[in-house]
Amino acid sequence: MNNQTNLTSPSLSKREEKRKLKEHKKEAQIQSGKRAKNFKNTMKLLLKRVGTYKTSIIIAVIFAIISSILVVIGPSILNELMQIIIPDGNGVLDYQTSTVVRYGLIILGIYLLASGLNYIQNLLISRMSIKVAKKMRTDISKKINKLPLSYFDKNSYGDVLSRVTNDIDIVASTLERTLSSIVTAVVMIIGIPIIMLTINWQLTLISLLQIPLSLTIVIIVVKNNQKHFIRQQKYLGEINGYIEEQYSAHNVIKAFNGEEKAQEEFEKINKKLQKTAHKAQFFSNIMHPIVNLISNLIYVLICLVGAYIAIQSNDPKFLATIGTFMTYTKLFNHPISQLGSISSNLQSTMAAAERVFEFLSETEQPLDDDKLTTIPVVKGKIEFKNVNFGYSKDKQIIYDFNFTALPGEKIAIVGQTGAGKTTMVNLLMRFYDITSGDILIDGISIKDMSRNYVRSLFGMVLQDTWLFEGSIKENLRFGKPDATDEELVNACKLANVDHFIHTEPKGYDMILNEDTSISAGQKQLLTIARAMVQNAPMLILDEATSSVDTRTEILIQSAMDRLTEGRTSFVIAHRLSTIKNADKIIVMQDGNIVETGNHKELLAKNGVYKELYTSQFETGENF
Amino acid sequence: MFKLFKYLKWQEWLLLILTIAIISTQALLSTTLPDYTIKISNILLGENLSQSWGSLLNVCLIMLGLTAGVLICAFIANYLASFIITKLLARVRARIFKKVNSFSSKEINNFSIPSLITRSTNDLTQLQQVLTVSITLGFNAPLTALFSILKVVNLATQDGAGSLSIINIVSVLIICIAVFSIMLSVIPKFKKIQKTTDDLNKVTRESLTGIKVVRANNAQNLQEAKFDKVNTRFSKLDWFVSKILSAVDPTLTLIMQGTSLAIVWVVGILAHQNPSLIALMTGFTQFSMYIITAFTSLSMLFMFIPRGIISGKRVNEILDTNLSIRDGVVDNNINNTKGTIEFKNVCFRYPDADADVLENISFKVEEGQTVAFIGSTGSGKSTLINLIPRFYDCTSGEILINDINVKNYNQSHLHNLIGFVPQKGVLFSGTIEANIKYGKENASEDEIKQAIEISQSDFIYKFPDGLNHHISQGGKNVSGGQKQRLSIARAIIRNPEILIFDDSFSALDFKTDRLVRRNLNKHFQNTTKLIVAQRIGTIMNADQIIVLNEGKMVGIGTHKQLLKTCEIYKEIALSQLSKEELDK
Repeated sequence: MNNQTNLTSPSLSKREEKRKLKEHKKEAQIQSGKRAKNFKNTMKLLLKRVGTYKTSIIIAVIFAIISSILVVIGPSILNELMQIIIPDGNGVLDYQTSTVVRYGLIILGIYLLASGLNYIQNLLISRMSIKVAKKMRTDISKKINKLPLSYFDKNSYGDVLSRVTNDIDIVASTLERTLSSIVTAVVMIIGIPIIMLTINWQLTLISLLQIPLSLTIVIIVVKNNQKHFIRQQKYLGEINGYIEEQYSAHNVIKAFNGEEKAQEEFEKINKKLQKTAHKAQFFSNIMHPIVNLISNLIYVLICLVGAYIAIQSNDPKFLATIGTFMTYTKLFNHPISQLGSISSNLQSTMAAAERVFEFLSETEQPLDDDKLTTIPVVKGKIEFKNVNFGYSKDKQIIYDFNFTALPGEKIAIVGQTGAGKTTMVNLLMRFYDITSGDILIDGISIKDMSRNYVRSLFGMVLQDTWLFEGSIKENLRFGKPDATDEELVNACKLANVDHFIHTEPKGYDMILNEDTSISAGQKQLLTIARAMVQNAPMLILDEATSSVDTRTEILIQSAMDRLTEGRTSFVIAHRLSTIKNADKIIVMQDGNIVETGNHKELLAKNGVYKELYTSQFETGENF
Repeated sequence: MFKLFKYLKWQEWLLLILTIAIISTQALLSTTLPDYTIKISNILLGENLSQSWGSLLNVCLIMLGLTAGVLICAFIANYLASFIITKLLARVRARIFKKVNSFSSKEINNFSIPSLITRSTNDLTQLQQVLTVSITLGFNAPLTALFSILKVVNLATQDGAGSLSIINIVSVLIICIAVFSIMLSVIPKFKKIQKTTDDLNKVTRESLTGIKVVRANNAQNLQEAKFDKVNTRFSKLDWFVSKILSAVDPTLTLIMQGTSLAIVWVVGILAHQNPSLIALMTGFTQFSMYIITAFTSLSMLFMFIPRGIISGKRVNEILDTNLSIRDGVVDNNINNTKGTIEFKNVCFRYPDADADVLENISFKVEEGQTVAFIGSTGSGKSTLINLIPRFYDCTSGEILINDINVKNYNQSHLHNLIGFVPQKGVLFSGTIEANIKYGKENASEDEIKQAIEISQSDFIYKFPDGLNHHISQGGKNVSGGQKQRLSIARAIIRNPEILIFDDSFSALDFKTDRLVRRNLNKHFQNTTKLIVAQRIGTIMNADQIIVLNEGKMVGIGTHKQLLKTCEIYKEIALSQLSKEELDK
């Protein structure tokens, strides 16, 4: 029994891997150049959005500066207080308690003010980030409606979804953290050395030593860590893909006894993952102790040199200065180690922001506000004139197509699954624009009408019974928000769904969501009712009812028949009765329109249609 | 979360104990440092300053040694902790994978596949971080705090510095209260935020999946308004939480600053009565920093741990699931029959459901017969054939293959009797050849060729690399019909006693459908075939057709018999074929 799950033969996989590696390297080179450019662009766009909240930011920055200055000054005043308390070389205590109390109150005031300002600053920045994020989300939601449908054929929904939530979340939270910490860090890094210099220059020099030391180590560790982290992500992705494939194929694995082999293959990836995860985890945890070590080192040095100075000058009061410098060393250590996290934060902000902006800058469908939004009388005559079309420029699928549907005619579109029957829907509804030629409704080109108007002329019932979360009423009114209750009930009666709605406890106000269990057939009936309410002069129907039981199918058919009465309708046909009764038939194969005509004409042609039609009920073989 | 530790091996337990010992040493060493600060203070405040240089140097060297010791401990402890945890989680991941593979469809459906995937990856990554930090920080912080407090108390009793220790205790109390109240007010909101994020996703997904309908109905504004509502709700929640979280950092800083101020202040006020306090000033400040930092880290850890606990629960749910299917022992053909199947009063009900999906199904299939199942969606066709390879077990009644109950078979033997073609052609990433060979590892070239021919899979020769053509994950680079044909090839290459087709012709065009069926008849005359189908044309000529409606067998017989006797069969037939076509 073959349970082989690593289905690539070894020689091939090696070659493949080499090729991939090469590609990867090349890509990496191109990417790094691109990245720098993208980074700049993204930064600009982000700053533009952030810039809307100039006042908030300016106030926040001012507050951050004041608060950091206060934090920096605090210990130096504390230093003065300690100087007073510590006896001089002769061991004499010479101060009033009231002085101590006064100093204490001043310092307390400074700290309180610093924290207060810091809090307000945090609030301002986080309010700004929330607003920026909210605006980005709104923009994406609007953008979805402005993009041409071709975008969504090429990109998965999951991708767009993760931009709306994950990416924007990352932007918001890192923006918040980075902005305030940058300001604080800068003020501290400038301010602390200045204040230290006013106290003692030798100790200042020692204290400043930690800048090059920490920076070197932070850079080394971050670089190393990133390497392992990227590898960890890669293996995680690999294992994720493997698991997804295997879990989804669960029944097949069972039926073919593939469990053991799958486990073996899994363990291989799992082992690789464990090894890199170990390193990645270790390196990401090690940064903190190392930075700590440096700060401790400086601390010992300060003790040593400080004590030396104290001994040289025979001044015990210098003890206070040593204490103060310890505090400053600690304070100073903070922004430096923060620089590491700021830079990695900034990177993930930019990566996430880039994905958001990339989506927002996708080419939109051209505006059509100046186009016709009404035509005098809609009779329902539709003409295709020399229509050429292809989903991509290099692959044309419809060549010079000419066709006329007269008012009230029923046009069937037939073809095997995947033959491109929805292309017709896409063109009629202007989900896609034709490359050349023209489509006319009652003699007027649909290019001269606004997209919205063209769509309002068609009612549409698709196989995919999309209903949104909301009440039945709201769903029915989707295409005609001002429809009266009476119109709704009438439509539902015609669509054979009124009875079902009445059997539900809340009737027309019943909320449809994931928890309400209504069957596929009932959903289909509701979408028919929705089209009835819309009452458009022309129709597009997909009559596939494969997921519906027979009785419901009959209900749906009669509802659809009622819907098409007197309307020009394009029907993606699955039933022989429809095909035979249709006024005209469009036959599609491999994306192309191969034949048009009515049933008799097409049968006489002895071509694709005939084969398709006869094979539907030809069974001859013994099975 | 910590329940997972039961999967540690004893060597790893030893390592863990070692790690904890090292962490304790680290905490002990680092809390010894302030002792030496106090010593320096004492030297500087002592009498013969000029002669104390030697002892000072000594103290500093000791401090350097301590610092180096702390770093080494931290390195080793981190290395060990991340080793233990990643090893543990790799083991857990492998166990999950194995467990899921042993699940029946019942358990898979209970969890849902996306959820199983997140549990196997994201949840474990989350756990990796939380557990490593819990071990290192979780032991280090409280130990540091404990040692520091002990020292402070010790100093207090020695030198009458009781007032100074009170400051430390008070600041610890304040931190605890602050952190606790922040957590209490924020954590419930986190859940709400999570829910609102789901809502954001839901509305966006709705707009995306319904994009054609939205545009057809010109309802773009409606969708945007809906999104806006959720977006506003989300931002409001976010703002509420931010207001509280923004206070965390300023508060903790203030407490830290306040403590060091208070120490100097108290010393200043009391120094007249007790001058020895002055030497303690710097050391005490140091200790209080340790204590406060430890508590801050602990509070961060407490904010962090709930995420790990949630992930741990989700992982344990998989590992603790009891398998609903027990393996049997029969692994050879005892009776002299080949490919017979019998259902005896079989009923099936999904767990927690109110009604049976299948009710009292009984029929018998002889060797080489073709049996078809037809009925509307939800009639139980797929469920019925899924009972044969034991993807599910029937609730009551018996299913016999070659006169032996399927429950008594060793599962892998049972599966070897069957060639199963699933509804959606499920393929694996890899070459076409390997996919076909998935059915039979040592299949010869001729066998592969024949399987391709019978299943009408000759389209593969159109690929430049033919059999070596790579199928991408989920078979995205082949069409639905091609996938079905390849999965038919994969099943027939096993040359099994029983072939099961679960609506496996649905994506084939009528012509290919017919050709495949003709080939199957020719080459597998003695193989029992079970076919679930929607199209009447596919099954018209079966030896027996079983008509299912709402889980009940409402008809059994040949096409001709059923047209006369079974109203539902007639209805189905008429909905697909016109009267004259049926009579043909």
